[in-house]
Amino acid sequence: MARGTTGTAGRRKANGAEATVKKAGPSTTKDELLKYYREMLLIRRFEERAGQLYGMGLIGGFCHLYIGQEAIAVGCQAAKRPGDQMITSYRDHGHMLVCGMDPKEVMAELTGRSGGSSRGKGGSMHMFSTEAAFYGGHGIVGAQVSLGTGLAFANAYRGDGKVAFAYYGDGAANQGQVYESFNMAQVWNLPVIYCIENNEYAMGTAIDRSSSETKLYKRGISFNIPGEEVDGMDVLAVKEAAERACAHCRAGNGPYILELKTYRYRGHSMSDPAKYRTREEVDEVRKTRDPIDFVEELLEKNGWADEGALKAIDAEVKKIVAEAAEFARTSPEPDPAELYTDVYTVAVEGVPA
Amino acid sequence: MTDILMPALSPTMEEGTLAKWHVKVGDKVSSGDIIAEIETDKATMEVEAVDEGVIEALLVAEGTEEVKVNSVIARLAGEGGAVAPAAPQPAAAADPNPQPASRAEAKGDPVRAAAAATSAASTLKDPDLPEGVNLVKVTLRDALRDAMAEEMRRDPDVFLMGEEVAQYQGAYKVSRGLLDEFGPKRVIDTPITEHGFAGIAVGAAMAGLKPIVEFMTFNFAMQAIDHIINSAAKTLYMSGGQIKCSIVFRGPNGAAARVGAQHSQDYGAWYAHVPGLKVLAPYDSADAKGMLKAAIRDPNPVVFLEHEMLYGQEFEVPEGIDWVVPIGKAKIRRVGTDVTLVAYSRMVGFCLQAAEKLAEEGIEAEVVDLRTLRPMDIGTVIESIKKTNRVVTVEEGWGPMGVGAEISAKAVELAFDYLDAPPARVHQEDVPLPYAANLELLSMPSIDRIVAAVKAVTYR
Ligand SMILES: Cc1ncc(C[n+]2csc(CCOP(=O)(O)OP(=O)(O)O)c2C)c(N)n1
Ligand SMILES: [Mg+2]
Repeated sequence: MARGTTGTAGRRKANGAEATVKKAGPSTTKDELLKYYREMLLIRRFEERAGQLYGMGLIGGFCHLYIGQEAIAVGCQAAKRPGDQMITSYRDHGHMLVCGMDPKEVMAELTGRSGGSSRGKGGSMHMFSTEAAFYGGHGIVGAQVSLGTGLAFANAYRGDGKVAFAYYGDGAANQGQVYESFNMAQVWNLPVIYCIENNEYAMGTAIDRSSSETKLYKRGISFNIPGEEVDGMDVLAVKEAAERACAHCRAGNGPYILELKTYRYRGHSMSDPAKYRTREEVDEVRKTRDPIDFVEELLEKNGWADEGALKAIDAEVKKIVAEAAEFARTSPEPDPAELYTDVYTVAVEGVPA
Repeated sequence: MTDILMPALSPTMEEGTLAKWHVKVGDKVSSGDIIAEIETDKATMEVEAVDEGVIEALLVAEGTEEVKVNSVIARLAGEGGAVAPAAPQPAAAADPNPQPASRAEAKGDPVRAAAAATSAASTLKDPDLPEGVNLVKVTLRDALRDAMAEEMRRDPDVFLMGEEVAQYQGAYKVSRGLLDEFGPKRVIDTPITEHGFAGIAVGAAMAGLKPIVEFMTFNFAMQAIDHIINSAAKTLYMSGGQIKCSIVFRGPNGAAARVGAQHSQDYGAWYAHVPGLKVLAPYDSADAKGMLKAAIRDPNPVVFLEHEMLYGQEFEVPEGIDWVVPIGKAKIRRVGTDVTLVAYSRMVGFCLQAAEKLAEEGIEAEVVDLRTLRPMDIGTVIESIKKTNRVVTVEEGWGPMGVGAEISAKAVELAFDYLDAPPARVHQEDVPLPYAANLELLSMPSIDRIVAAVKAVTYR
């Protein structure tokens, strides 16, 4: 990984960011930064390895990598309280990892093995964890927005103070059900944070080719839902914005929109030749806005750069990912009898339980 | 020291050309840096380093062809001794040979691959084919594109809309070249808003235009199914014949390889249930082309079900004529005496393959390709059953309330006295499609299952 040393946080402009961007405040610690560094690096190395396993034929179908967007899952996670739910699209490996799922289980789901989090039955796009209140892993663009609003409905119904995080892309932001959900969430005061991961592209469609209003944080205006634009490559900015959003929701004010400006480094999925953007565009982002480099720079600026500590994290992450890959390779395929399980929770006449 | 291995761009790739090195000996690389470019006949890909270190040796010269996957192409000096296959990364540069957008095409299980290889073998000539016409091999993908292009040249009211159909040239490259020829007024990229754009297209059709709506896959058409059924299929009836709706809803339908439960299902039975819709599901390129042209000309709403795993297959298509295949006519693809196999879309290929196996054991199967699910050419099916006295239906969809269920009912209603065995149905297991490779294989119809069903109805 390139270790950027020359930059300062000042030159890291979120593209198109306006005054609404809340810059990361000074209140951070070495330990906090090292924690984020580790979490983001784990996602990145995990995803790189997933890409490799795909190339080796161990992972099939679609496989959408989260590389470049790590600061969003990590920053939002930092603002969450235990019990707060989250739900996202098919680009879900990073979210699984930040909510504490065992990387082995996540990787084994990618290879479709019995050790996977869905016992191999879901695959890359469909991962879930009730333990971590992670409600998946959804393949239909936009579906998770209504579902996430429904999680918040349950929170309001029970009055348990929990907040639901619904993550979706700039492409998904155009689906009709998003706006149906916005309306009900505001009318019913539901504690949901709409986290728009704006990586500028929906498959091959640049956002300005599909959207009449490209500032997605404004999409709540006619529903009276507050929104803010956030530098999604700055983990501290993400965390602070998510904290504001959580406070808004927990105070009973209803939903909140965060538009997190980010970028995906890889193709949409493994089979996307990505001809709709230039190599230079991708390189520019990697060089100037990389979320992991950003944390390293902050560590350095504060005089906290500790080669030893970073090296130790690198080595630890490498080991975790290697072990996950090995587990995912060797975990057996599901038992054939699994074909018929989980169709219903209780046996129904005529259907094998 | 770490070995860098030749990566595979797809699970079926065995070798490729090392087109270019982006690094030289002594260069320091970090994870994610582009180190090389490799090529196959299908695609150019950039190779990223997955480890950091200093390039110690480049073991394969630039331009070397037929480099075996997993052979050592370079050495990295650095910490750790693990072997690191480099990660392939799609090249951003323009690639004159678009790779198959479909994973399934490149991949698939052995059974599917075998079925694919021989599926074109025993296709009978279409009886409607004029004498002396020249036949050329065309992929299903290109046959569909040609059909749209010809109809768009013929009728200025025909236009195409859908996700990624224009600039990206189609998620599965079916609309390749159409934007160039017809421009953005007639080849329209939509946002990801199926319900909305399907409604807009139906409205445009009510106003007299002839939209072709591409769904990236039919799984996503479920967002729009209300407009397909409630708006497109019923309005003629509700308006007492006043409001017409000439529209085609098309896209890949049915199974794809390893994409899990939400991205892999056959909607044949769903749409064939609905009066007011015509539902087409061709198997080969000639039918794909001729039936899509018929669908575009048809004054009714047509659901046109394609198959991702057939897109890359070549079949013969008549050249130089206005080739239109009538809607509502089945086609006998193989003549036989002992059992009637009824299928549509990709399962036709499976049936032809199963028929060859059965022939080795002295069972001659007749294969009826339905081609149109609604209105169904039940006459051709019944005539065949009257001859063979046995019927096995094959579909990728679920069995209950399915296409096979309908055919079985018709067989009993119309040919009861001719049946020597109860109709048998081969279909997807009654579960959502699992991702795991072994479970997926178990859940899908297979040639062996068709053979077994035939043996059951022939008491062999
Ligand atoms: C309803 C529906 N339509 C189309 C698709 C195909 N598809 C999958 S991802 C995608 C692009 C989504 O882009 P975005 O929302 O920006 O998310 P990103 O992939 O960038 O994370 C499309 C069109 C789908 N899965 N579901
Ligand atoms: Mg996007």
